[in-house]
Amino acid sequence: MSLHFELVTPARLVRSEDVYMVVVPGTEGEFGVLEGHAPFTSTVKDGALKVYRTQGGSPEEIQVQGGFAEVGANGLTVLAEHAEA
Amino acid sequence: MASLKELKLRINSVKSTQKITKAKQMVAAAKLRKAQAAAEAARPYASRLADVVGSLAAKVAGQDNGPLLMRGTGSDKRHLLVVVNTDKGLCGGLNSNIVKEAKLQARALEAAGKTVAFYLVGKKGRAPIKRDYPNGIVAAFDTSTVRTPGFDEASAIAHELTAMFEAGKFDVAHLIAPKFKSALAQDPVTAQLIPVPAPAATTESGSVVEYEPSEEEILEALLPRYLTTQIFGALLEREASEQGASMTAMDNATRNAGEMIKKLTIQYNRSRQAAITTELIEIIAGAEAL
Repeated sequence: MSLHFELVTPARLVRSEDVYMVVVPGTEGEFGVLEGHAPFTSTVKDGALKVYRTQGGSPEEIQVQGGFAEVGANGLTVLAEHAEA
Repeated sequence: MASLKELKLRINSVKSTQKITKAKQMVAAAKLRKAQAAAEAARPYASRLADVVGSLAAKVAGQDNGPLLMRGTGSDKRHLLVVVNTDKGLCGGLNSNIVKEAKLQARALEAAGKTVAFYLVGKKGRAPIKRDYPNGIVAAFDTSTVRTPGFDEASAIAHELTAMFEAGKFDVAHLIAPKFKSALAQDPVTAQLIPVPAPAATTESGSVVEYEPSEEEILEALLPRYLTTQIFGALLEREASEQGASMTAMDNATRNAGEMIKKLTIQYNRSRQAAITTELIEIIAGAEAL
């Protein structure tokens, strides 16, 4: 019932945790990723990632720049050049 | 034989040199730990990116319309060697080893009938390369203005290289940078930068992955970033290598200075004793003569 979410920048691994849902600002539109999402790869425009820890909870926003998102069997991985919570 | 005073001065000067090398060694040891941690922290990003680029490259492989950075200019006449040196000295044979490797590569390429140009990162490679290739250095990137070169510097270098490549200034670029193995061993390695060699795809091929935008566009966006990551990795390796080499070199220097002080002190004591003996003999001889 949880999605494994990783946010990685060149400097460090910013986040590696299990969350409920992450909304990613893709270049062709925002998309939300829940657990069990189909394999998917997209570039990310500069903006805020919204991390929902629990269902219905309020999101935590992380600003990312120069990003790229990959959804695979082991969850969502966002690679970004810069990230600040 | 040197006089007592000269010996004393000499001992003092060696002692202060030893203090400097000892301080530099301790600074390098502290910085090395930090540099190693930074190199460690950058690894997940690099490996993930390599994975993604690898799987994308495998998908577009064999198509003619792949991005320019990957398929190259179609010729391999003009080579650019990107040589990563340190900005500061006092690090043993590190820089001369890097330059040696660069010259070796350059000679091999020239023997094969290619033209070679240099792009230098860091200060210490300029003089020795200029000696052999007075007109070979096309550009240089100065990393001495910042304390620790980071991703922004790597990105600037990558942009400059991409711009030069797109302007048709060279066909193939190689990166020559030190690889940190341990504090005792840092070997320079050469890797091809442009055209980007596809990293081996390690991802499973069975599942269907959706791409947004298309594979080609994503690859186009990712390749410059992949290039940047490789240069960033080289900068981090350089930092760790510099500190490691510096630590080892300064450790040796401190030990040598210690040995020298010991030798000089023995010599000093001997001369002092000889002087005292001579004086005594003179006094006794004088007293007997009375």
